[in-house]
Amino acid sequence: MHRERCVGLGLPTASCWPLWPWGSEGALCPDTVPCNPQYFINKTEIQDFPRFPHRGLLLDTSRHFLPVSTILDTLDTMAYNKLNVLHWHVVDDPSFPYESLTFPQLTRKGAYNPITHVYTTQDVKDVIEYARLRGIRVLAEFDTPGHTQSWGPGVPGLLTSCYSGSQPSGTFGPVNPILNSTYEFMDTFFLEVSAAFPDFYLHLGGDEVDFTCWLLDIVSTYDKGYVVWQEVFDNKVKIQPDTIVQVWREEVPVPYLKELELITAAGLRALLSAPWYLNRISYGPDWQAAYKVEPLAFEGTAEQKALVIGGEACMWGEYVDSTNLVPRLWPRASAVAERLWSASQVADLDFASSRLARFRCELLRRGVQAEPIGVGYCNEEFDHW
Amino acid sequence: MQQRALGLWGALGTLATLATLAARAPGASAAPDLGLWPLPRSVRLSPRLLRLSPEDFALGLDPASKAGPSCVILQEAFRRYYDYIFGYYQRRRGPARFYTDSPLLQLVVSVVHDSECDAFPSLSSDESYALTVKGPVAVLKANQVWGVLRGLETFSQLVYQDPYGTFTINESSITDSPRFPHRGILIDTSRHYLSIKTILKTLDAMAMNKFNVLHWHIVDDQSFPYQSVTFPQLSNKGSYTPSHVYTPTDVREVIEYARLRGIRVLPEFDSPGHTESWGKGQKGLLTPCYDGERPSGAFGPINPALNSTYDFMSRFFSEVSKVFPDEFIHMGGDEVDPECWETNPDIEKFMRSRGFYKDFKKLESFYIEKVLNIIASQRKKSIVWQEVFDNEDKIQPSTIVQVWKDKDYPEEQARVTAAGHPVLLSAPWYLDYITYGEDWRTYYKVDPLRFSGSQEQKQRVLGGEACLWGEYVDSTNLTPRLWPRASAVGERLWSDEKVKSINDAYNRLTVHRCRMVRRGIAAQPLYVGHCEQEYKM
Repeated sequence: MHRERCVGLGLPTASCWPLWPWGSEGALCPDTVPCNPQYFINKTEIQDFPRFPHRGLLLDTSRHFLPVSTILDTLDTMAYNKLNVLHWHVVDDPSFPYESLTFPQLTRKGAYNPITHVYTTQDVKDVIEYARLRGIRVLAEFDTPGHTQSWGPGVPGLLTSCYSGSQPSGTFGPVNPILNSTYEFMDTFFLEVSAAFPDFYLHLGGDEVDFTCWLLDIVSTYDKGYVVWQEVFDNKVKIQPDTIVQVWREEVPVPYLKELELITAAGLRALLSAPWYLNRISYGPDWQAAYKVEPLAFEGTAEQKALVIGGEACMWGEYVDSTNLVPRLWPRASAVAERLWSASQVADLDFASSRLARFRCELLRRGVQAEPIGVGYCNEEFDHW
Repeated sequence: MQQRALGLWGALGTLATLATLAARAPGASAAPDLGLWPLPRSVRLSPRLLRLSPEDFALGLDPASKAGPSCVILQEAFRRYYDYIFGYYQRRRGPARFYTDSPLLQLVVSVVHDSECDAFPSLSSDESYALTVKGPVAVLKANQVWGVLRGLETFSQLVYQDPYGTFTINESSITDSPRFPHRGILIDTSRHYLSIKTILKTLDAMAMNKFNVLHWHIVDDQSFPYQSVTFPQLSNKGSYTPSHVYTPTDVREVIEYARLRGIRVLPEFDSPGHTESWGKGQKGLLTPCYDGERPSGAFGPINPALNSTYDFMSRFFSEVSKVFPDEFIHMGGDEVDPECWETNPDIEKFMRSRGFYKDFKKLESFYIEKVLNIIASQRKKSIVWQEVFDNEDKIQPSTIVQVWKDKDYPEEQARVTAAGHPVLLSAPWYLDYITYGEDWRTYYKVDPLRFSGSQEQKQRVLGGEACLWGEYVDSTNLTPRLWPRASAVGERLWSDEKVKSINDAYNRLTVHRCRMVRRGIAAQPLYVGHCEQEYKM
């Protein structure tokens, strides 16, 4: 009877008894039989290195707060996928969960709940160290001057007051660039942030609003490099030649491959995200579309192409929180991970499909709530809730 | 990135306006902060507040009630709802202020007519209730236990904690009953196996949303997890693995868990198509496809030309009829592909002998009618997918037709009801078709009676079902994919047709969603925001 069970589980019959699968749940081990899982590995030799050095995942903790445990779990799964940058889009319009020591009112007035929906200094340290132990960099993004509504309540006068005729309307726009107080605030705030996040790079945002160059000057005095969204480049803002530009728009102002071409032609490094907005869900195996992306499929010299240092899968948080983040991220982000690590010739969908299905089952076995990519089953299904 | 023009401040502005409107408008959208979902038929809230204390509040039975202390449904419900109301707040400290006035000490439940305590819910169950919340004793009256269950859910939605942590409820008066009697969720356990825990959690969430039918699409092409006592080889050979099965104990557990929540379990054994997995354990059941003169090795739908087929189906449905107590069985009948039948010479001979010639629709009808008769002889009624009607199969007037094809579905509803058949609507509610953004709004805006027809025809629409087909769904992602999107369908099927305001629905549904999260259901967010207690925190 045990033999039949082994067969049902796909284990070789010869080595079946008293072999049990590594599932330690005990469901298949009757009390009378000692549960002695055996593991095997083929004699193998592998040489490996990544195609791109920057292989990232963006998490948005402003649209919805993500508990620290969720972030740590994500780092674990990133490591399983050889992703090496956590792009932490920590604050935005809806909420400011980052605990600032220099401006505590930012958190107190800007967080959804300043007690429960906050990342304390210790939380941030924990995330950074947890990531470091897995070889993952934490790239923090404090997006300005747009996407800053939540900064306003804690720092009166920071945001531009909108007017209705001659009276303030009560609503606010981006950070106000004409006040000295703004510079003083930014100076102090980014000094704190530069110290809190040890990575050489800071992401300054700059998306969807005309970027002003003063911020870049401020940040460069802290011995940091910076990453910006593509608008900064598109709007022809004067930026340092070591700026990294992140491409996120699929068609505007040009198709993303063309955008990569333009950025690298200007001698700047680029990160690709445009075709990898994993928050944009659709019916069916959309991991295939992510997999088929070829980041270097544009006209350019070898030197230019070397300026594309990698890319990032983005999980924007409008519709995502800890109830649905994990199944929405995995294994779809794994398709991006392979595209950024493996050689460009590794492109066959059928081959990828069968490996990804097995990899997904392995993620389940490790406790990751990765969703299915098609009809089928895993020997150990997810069942912890 | 910034997908919406309405930013945080715009949303707050809207909410502020809505709050002032709610204060002035009577009834329907009163106190959106309560997040009543689905909205009861009639709600009258008074500003007078009553306080509840976990140590000093009890759910109890009226001694004159037709359902007594031995009523397991009610005893279990009292425990469950006490927990929903107070249990999850244990982590918080006790209230900082003590109110000695206006306590609510008890909710007394009274079942007025036959209690149905040991019965199973049915299409004709009475789910109506009347709830009067007044200090110190509130009263919940219902005709049957099923109404009590619905009323307890509403009562639990009325209780909230004030900023000091005190459990509070408004004096209020609610009468309620569902607009449609059949409000279902379809789960598919063939494309992916769903753990029993997932199914039970789904039943919990359904009860919170007043759904009352679990349509269990239990087997299909890909796998046969249903363990049949009469034909054990069906699951032995047809399930994904020996552990991807539902034993008779599992099935009983699901049925009883559902019963305690006033939910019917409607089994679907779909045929003659969608049956590839049946052939693994039942040789000779499926039609062998032919490649010229020889069998190709592939199989098609169930073979309608053999007597053995009907012997099998007879014995199989005899078991199914005993295992599943509901008065209805769903026999499927959708998407029958005649391609394999076309190649098989025995089928050709059979069709000639019956005078069907080349009309495979007639062969399909022949099969369907025989199976419907088999089910009828088990004294069960049938539900079928719309193809059975579209094919002009001979079906009883009482056979329910489930409309699932999206194109022109109101016209289909008109045709089916004009022919005298009851209808279930699913076409606009295929929740497995995920899209980016707030698609719950599309589900909410559906009008199940928006077709040209007489009053009599419209009365034949019994309700509908949100379907979560399993091609891309299993225990890892089922719950956030179902909820709160299915909640939109739940309100459309329960609440009055005039309950249409999307903004009001948004405000109530966000509260209801956080409540589900608090109760351990991983219901995903509607949009930007937060819950006091996030999931997993």
